[in-house]
Amino acid sequence: MTTATAVEQAEMRIAMTRKEAVGRLLGVVLLLGVAAWLVLNLVTAPSQFFNSLLFGIGNGALYALIALGYTLVYGIIELINFAHGDLFMLSTVFSGFMMVYWLGAEGANPASWAKLLLTLVLAMGFGATINVLIERVAYRRLRRAPRLAALITAVGMSFILQWVGLRWNGSAPRLWPTVVPEGGISIGDVTLQYSTIMVVTFTIPVLLLLTYVVQRTKQGRAMRATAQDQDAARLMGINVDRTIAFTFALGGAMAGAAGLLYLEAVGTTRYDAGFHLGLIAFTAAVLGGIGNLAGAVLGGFLIGIIQGLNDGLPYGFGQKWSQTVVFSILIMVMVFKPTGILGQPTVEKV
Amino acid sequence: MSQGAVGEPLLQVDDISVYYGNIAAVKGLSMSVPQGAIVTLIGSNGAGKSTTLRTISGLLHPKSGRITFEGKEISRSPGHEVVGMGIAHSPEGRRIFPRMTVDENLELGAFTRDDKEGIAADRDHVLELFPRLAERINQKAGTMSGGEQQMLAVARAMMAKPRLLLLDEPSMGLAPVLVDLIFDTIEKIRESGVTILLVEQNALAALRVADYAYVMESGFLKLQGPARELAEDDEVVRAYLGG
Repeated sequence: MTTATAVEQAEMRIAMTRKEAVGRLLGVVLLLGVAAWLVLNLVTAPSQFFNSLLFGIGNGALYALIALGYTLVYGIIELINFAHGDLFMLSTVFSGFMMVYWLGAEGANPASWAKLLLTLVLAMGFGATINVLIERVAYRRLRRAPRLAALITAVGMSFILQWVGLRWNGSAPRLWPTVVPEGGISIGDVTLQYSTIMVVTFTIPVLLLLTYVVQRTKQGRAMRATAQDQDAARLMGINVDRTIAFTFALGGAMAGAAGLLYLEAVGTTRYDAGFHLGLIAFTAAVLGGIGNLAGAVLGGFLIGIIQGLNDGLPYGFGQKWSQTVVFSILIMVMVFKPTGILGQPTVEKV
Repeated sequence: MSQGAVGEPLLQVDDISVYYGNIAAVKGLSMSVPQGAIVTLIGSNGAGKSTTLRTISGLLHPKSGRITFEGKEISRSPGHEVVGMGIAHSPEGRRIFPRMTVDENLELGAFTRDDKEGIAADRDHVLELFPRLAERINQKAGTMSGGEQQMLAVARAMMAKPRLLLLDEPSMGLAPVLVDLIFDTIEKIRESGVTILLVEQNALAALRVADYAYVMESGFLKLQGPARELAEDDEVVRAYLGG
């Protein structure tokens, strides 16, 4: 009896490893294919390659900022905050009105740059405040409710914010003059856009700062403890409500900053901008491993770059297929590594 | 050390009732824990022991009755404030933070404290009590054995420098050798001046270390008395302690 089970177990192990080996082989083949495609494009159209890459990096930084909001909130209360993309959209609208209407920024001069910076701070405050309010009004009461209740509330909140955006911004896209000038620094045929420089120079330090806060500070320790076990965190003396609110504030500030940066890069916004970008940023968070900060950043840049290359390269599928490519990659990653690239399987969760 | 008036118990529970929704888990419980004692609360599964501890530490609030600690009412204080008042709780099922290291877990135990030197001294003290934890100091807590996790749960509670330590089933699921070790440590902790309220299903082991015992059954207090007397009363042992 015991020997039979042992043999069976051994057979199962072999079967498992064979299945794994096939999966790994497929993954390697796919990666090699992608690499070959990249080299082909690089050799035949080098300047187009680098332009697309840089464009993708700029977009990726934005995706990363928004993805952080999803991943922070998911990490701490395991809620997919569907309203997050729409919070980003509201921040674009707020930034436009604040900078151009209320502060009167015009053209690229020192005064306008100061107004841009002020708007950045205000937009971050705006995003943080709205996100904290949403948590306080809608999600806090549902913390012990079935997860579906909170999820559907998040969807409802998304619609509410979208309608606020519709009333505020109007149904048509609204164009805003930007402070960051068009164009960029060119070396040969390769151009590094000013907006890309701005987005990346903002995003990288913010990411480092955020990692520092979460990993090294007392507040960050409270966040991680709350994420793992709320009651145990309370027993340590951690104010769980305040810690969760702080997390929403952080995520909201990221969305607020992304709102202004997006507006500066694109120059226009619409009430449904958050749906589209939110979905992509959410995909980035899942791709990197939801709940993992570095994963959200990695996923954001990856999707930005993949999109950039696909849309801009001569042998790419082109812009029409942009979304298809992004989500196909998501599905493939989920098949081969369901926890995302940097995600850990949460075995200790019951 | 701040204490209540002379003769006043450190912790006084007066006629509390605790509900989960409409279901009463604790019905009219009164008990007191004198300064420097080990008091045990025993009874079968579902008797309301853990609920009582969770109510004392502020995770739950009584529907009626009051709890006073060092003469101050704490029945309405939120959980995150109670630990700062001097009550630490090592919960049922250990509830350590699995994805953090042993050291980070200990740091969190001292979350409400600011005295760096005191924290460092207490860290040394608990690592002396549980040398095994010192060996595992940088290991992720979730990867340790059940016994080691239990040690960590007790050590983490000690890091709050409590005057009252609530221990919920510290022997649950442990090998007999480890059970002995945990109970020895409980006595050592008491000798260092910490009062202990111990919830146990392993009633006989609990009665051996405790000074005074309360026996609960389906939410009610059934019996109380000096631990030694209860342990020697054959009828009590047969009826309540599974002897």
